[in-house]
Amino acid sequence: MTDNEHEIEQPDERVPKRVIGTPPPGTSMLGTVEAPRAEEEVPGVTLQDEAKARKAEKIVALCFVITFLAAIAFIISYVVFQVGSPEATGASNLALGSSLTVAILSLAIGIVIWVRQIMPKYSLVQERHPMVSDEEDRGVVGKTFVQGANESGFVKRKLLRRTLLLGAAPLGLIPLVLLRDLDNTKMPGSQFNKLLRHTVWGEKTKEGKPLRLVVEGTGQPIRAADFNSPGGILSVVPEGYEHDLTALAKATLILIKFRPEELKSGVRQNWTHDGIVAYSKICTHVGCPAALYEQNTHHILCPCHQSTFDAADGAKVIFGPAARPLPQLPITVDSEGYLVAQGDFEVPVGPSYWERGDAEAEARAKGGQA
Amino acid sequence: MSELKTVPQAITGPSNFLDERLGGANFLKRNLRKIFPDHWSFLLGEIALYSFVILLLTGTFLTFWYKPSMMEVAYDGSYAPLRGVMMSEAYASSLEISFDVRGGLLIRQMHHWAALLFVAGMMVHALRVFFTGAYRKPREINWIIGVLLLTLALAEGLTGYSLPDDLLSGAGLRITEGVAISLPLVGTYITFFLFGGEYPGHDVISRFYSLHILLIPGILLALISAHMVLMWVQKHTQMPGKGRTNQNVVGAPFYPAFMAKAGAYFLFTLGVIAGLGTFAQINPIWIFGPYTPADVSAGSQPDFYMGFLEGALRIMPPWEINLFGTAHAGTLPLSVIIPALVPMGIIMTGLALYPFLERWVTGDHREHHVADRPRNNPHRTSIGISAMTFYGVLWLLGANDEISAFFHISLNWTTYAGRVLIFLGPALAYLITYRMCLGLQRSDQAVISHGVESGVIKRLPHGEFIEVHTPPAEDIEAHMRGKQPVPMLPVAEDAAGIPPKGMRGPLGRLRARMSKAYGGEKIPLEDPHGHEEHAAIGHGGEEEQHAAVGSSDDDRSLTH
Repeated sequence: MTDNEHEIEQPDERVPKRVIGTPPPGTSMLGTVEAPRAEEEVPGVTLQDEAKARKAEKIVALCFVITFLAAIAFIISYVVFQVGSPEATGASNLALGSSLTVAILSLAIGIVIWVRQIMPKYSLVQERHPMVSDEEDRGVVGKTFVQGANESGFVKRKLLRRTLLLGAAPLGLIPLVLLRDLDNTKMPGSQFNKLLRHTVWGEKTKEGKPLRLVVEGTGQPIRAADFNSPGGILSVVPEGYEHDLTALAKATLILIKFRPEELKSGVRQNWTHDGIVAYSKICTHVGCPAALYEQNTHHILCPCHQSTFDAADGAKVIFGPAARPLPQLPITVDSEGYLVAQGDFEVPVGPSYWERGDAEAEARAKGGQA
Repeated sequence: MSELKTVPQAITGPSNFLDERLGGANFLKRNLRKIFPDHWSFLLGEIALYSFVILLLTGTFLTFWYKPSMMEVAYDGSYAPLRGVMMSEAYASSLEISFDVRGGLLIRQMHHWAALLFVAGMMVHALRVFFTGAYRKPREINWIIGVLLLTLALAEGLTGYSLPDDLLSGAGLRITEGVAISLPLVGTYITFFLFGGEYPGHDVISRFYSLHILLIPGILLALISAHMVLMWVQKHTQMPGKGRTNQNVVGAPFYPAFMAKAGAYFLFTLGVIAGLGTFAQINPIWIFGPYTPADVSAGSQPDFYMGFLEGALRIMPPWEINLFGTAHAGTLPLSVIIPALVPMGIIMTGLALYPFLERWVTGDHREHHVADRPRNNPHRTSIGISAMTFYGVLWLLGANDEISAFFHISLNWTTYAGRVLIFLGPALAYLITYRMCLGLQRSDQAVISHGVESGVIKRLPHGEFIEVHTPPAEDIEAHMRGKQPVPMLPVAEDAAGIPPKGMRGPLGRLRARMSKAYGGEKIPLEDPHGHEEHAAIGHGGEEEQHAAVGSSDDDRSLTH
């Protein structure tokens, strides 16, 4: 089949001058016109001095040879240097990286010298034309659009148009609907708030006992009598959840031992045990662990955004962007003298969110009734 | 070796094959010698482009070993200090890339450095385009594509930063979660959908992975291609200079000069990134250890492009509102929402809208292909520097703990200072930049109207010493004379004192006032005062003999 079959519908200039598939007239796409030779003067093209160019060529050649050698060095380094220990990996990294860097930079420098000292200097001028199409073309496009729109019947046939829109609207929602199961909890959105308000400290062990506080990292339970140096601090996680990151993201504690006279009114005394106070370690700003503690001032500092809390006074905020104190966890000791949680936090821990509400006031109101 | 007379056989064969099937000769005829104007600042965007290519290549290498899984495993790789430690497969495989794959550490570090260079390249490129007014008609669409690219690059960086799942990247992820959950109404939904439940869950790494290696780079690639095609079709802007007009483009042809230069520039970018990956350690994840929400290391810093958000979070006062008291709704943690949305919103929206706001104020609907020198549009330049100062203050404060430790300043005072500087800095920057632009315009005026100091001191018959001024070099003069007055709307009132149509309402009056301030010629190149004085004192001889008499008048008086 050739384009000639469409001859009747084509305007004259669209009729092919030759049949597609036959050899083109003339020799080749690039070879028909003889290109100007480099020595000939072309306006806007200033040739380089030949003596200088010859000198530059030698420097460029040297660069390219360095690239060759460095690339070989890279391959040799890959075979020679093994990785594993930090030292061996460091040596391998140095050998591979430096040979690669030298190979590539040397190639780049060579090409730049080539362009600047061997290729001509150019100051060629090209015309610019306004981006806008001419009126005639715009008119034709406009007409064609109207013609096509009318031919399609989209404008005239209301039923077709409206049912198409009707069909398209819910179709567009399908990708969004499909994303619903991104949330694996399989809960309605209104229940998210309930999850966020609780931590595993409200749980009990299999034997129905309250959870012990254990030291983060070692998993050792803490005997209150052993944690007796005032000013001491421990990072604490719930027993049995040492490797459950989702539980730890809310339940991690900071445990501080005070002298009784150091505690101020902000601390709920009946939630402490012998001067030991437990606060949520999760900053109320955006949730970093508030991991730094200054013994002299009793300041807990979050290293992310420097919210500072007064541990001796209910961890109330004394500096930084956090708006609420770190919640205090009610603790006590079990029959063996180990620290355990009395129950869950009274207010949600961690960063604030829309459904949180003024949980502190809510708790106070409840406490008042009781 | 002798030169070519015709195209060699090795090329005519394949080129004929292709041309007979695609008809590319017509395109190549028009484009092989396409002219590209030369200026050092035009290469800044290329850094970003080449960094992106390097990111694709190094990133693909990393995917061969990386496992996007949060499954807890006991590490048994080469790095002895962590052997036996429980960690996610993501972190374990990142360690494997670093210690058990030859060249893995190099490629990982190059990937990270290339990411920093990618964003930095985009930023300086955007600043160049802004300050030279290269976003003006017909390039507004490409400018908006650029703003989208920058936004996507930040998202791409954020998702990639989290993938190694080390303690540092986990802190970044935790902050991201804390910010997302703070958003009014939708915050908890967004976090539960992103993390598959409560933070951190078991899904976020694999989700970030598909965003990081498929979705966002796919969109980036499409937008970058569009960016290039538009640049190609609209032709590059050029700096003002000899023989350069709005109707032409002067420079070097694509083939062979620009092609070779661009190739060399790609290699320079690659070489520098390889050098950084070799000699400048970045993100040593094995030191940080595996992520746990219970720990954080002091002095945690995000990658530089997130620093401004970090700084904004740090300087906020502790504001939080409970709209409905104890009801379980209506909590607005302003100390998170404001820094998360406002600076980013101001900067990105401001960038995207600027071409249209400027056109609304100046009424300028012409095409512009000759770039402005920043001094010649003083209000635009001042707005740009002011925005840079705003960004810069936030960025610096993102490292206020480091600043405080390094300079032994109280940490609290860095925050207090930041709260003042965030307002004062941009205002001061605006005023200072505006005066500097006018000063530079005056110096141009002095060069054009009076010439350049020659160093020759001459004594006149009546005893006065003067310095002889010579006319400026041709190319410098042409560069300066490329100055165009900033267009202004026809704001003048008619004889009856009625402002023109469209400038009568409150918005119209504001537009007229802004146009009057923004537009017009502040310091004309030809100094009218200078010449008058010459005539008056009678020194207007063959040479320009006077130093510029600084126009001390208010600059507004020189508008006409």
